[in-house]
Amino acid sequence: MNPKRKRRLLIVLFLVFGVCVAVGLTLYALSQNINLFYSPSQIAKGEAPKETRIRAGGMVVDGSVKRDTQSLDVTFAITDYEHTTLVKYSGILPDLFREGQGIVAQGELDANNVLQASEVLAKHDENYMPPEVAEALKATGNMPKPEAEVFNK
Amino acid sequence: MSENKKWLPRWFFQLASPRWCYDITGKLLPGFVIAMLLLLVTGIVWALMFAPADYQQGNSFRIIYIHVPSAILAQSCYMLMAIAGAIGLIWKMKVADMVAKSCAPIGATIAIMALATGAIWGKPTWGSWWVWDARLTSMLILLFLYLGVIALHSAIENEVTAAQSAAVLSLVGLVNIPIIKYSVEWWNTLHQPATFKLTEKPAMPPEMWVPLLVMVIGFYCFFAVSLMLRLRNEILQRERRAGWVRELIEKQ
Repeated sequence: MNPKRKRRLLIVLFLVFGVCVAVGLTLYALSQNINLFYSPSQIAKGEAPKETRIRAGGMVVDGSVKRDTQSLDVTFAITDYEHTTLVKYSGILPDLFREGQGIVAQGELDANNVLQASEVLAKHDENYMPPEVAEALKATGNMPKPEAEVFNK
Repeated sequence: MSENKKWLPRWFFQLASPRWCYDITGKLLPGFVIAMLLLLVTGIVWALMFAPADYQQGNSFRIIYIHVPSAILAQSCYMLMAIAGAIGLIWKMKVADMVAKSCAPIGATIAIMALATGAIWGKPTWGSWWVWDARLTSMLILLFLYLGVIALHSAIENEVTAAQSAAVLSLVGLVNIPIIKYSVEWWNTLHQPATFKLTEKPAMPPEMWVPLLVMVIGFYCFFAVSLMLRLRNEILQRERRAGWVRELIEKQ
């Protein structure tokens, strides 16, 4: 390689490497702010700010969904298998909402660490399968369970 | 120069000749068109009619057969554009500049397709068209990078300067590719993690992932076809004063 080309190659490599380092450091500094939601553990530890709009994400705890018979009010608990957070919501839930489903709720934490949600989004996992396979897996108890780290990075 | 030839293959230098490049793409084009048609038609029919529905999402999950190939291709196309730009910067190779320029509009279109199919899929499954999570936002930045490269090419009249500045922009934007890939692992996002990992079995049975693989390869063939068509146009336009181009046009 002639010296001119070698010099240009070095400049290009330096450019790519320099940008990577700069962006990497910025993202590292911002890492908590890039998270879309807080996990129930973070809320339990008091890392989530109160009385401002935040999002909380976790799995809906089995048997925790209580619907009001007179209105659209619903309460349920979400968990990352370490801590749980109570969520109160009034409105129509997404189709995929069910017990054991991952969700992300947007709202404000009140004084008792209960999330007063204004929006509930369903988070689905990376596993896809035909209904027959899902039933067979459920029958044998081998259904893949999302790991706690999905909600707690 | 002689030392140079020892470690770089011959075709690398042949690619530098616009005429050789025009001829070889002309020969490759029909094969890729046939492969593209076969794969895309088989893939679409297989995916929409024969692949099983998902146990949770039902039939709406079938949009994965468009969404995933376009998202993969949008990133591959960007990498090709950046590498071609780097070769253009270092070796001052005209054809590499033309490849980089031809990649940009194709990549932008495919990135729009990935974002649009993602939004359409997000509404029924998540309950929202758009969420500012790390994966969606970094993908949007990829689209803006493509638009920036297109804008640079059309704003600067001198072809050499335009190619150089667009190449620098694409190299700077290269840092976004690993961010898109790992965003779902580094941060809490609404977007689910990857179904396919190099080290593990796919989280999907073969009757679902085989048609997806067919679609991905079909999309790559489609990209090859549209890139070659654009590249051939670009070569003819830039080499319009060369003798061989005039002969070619007079023959027709």
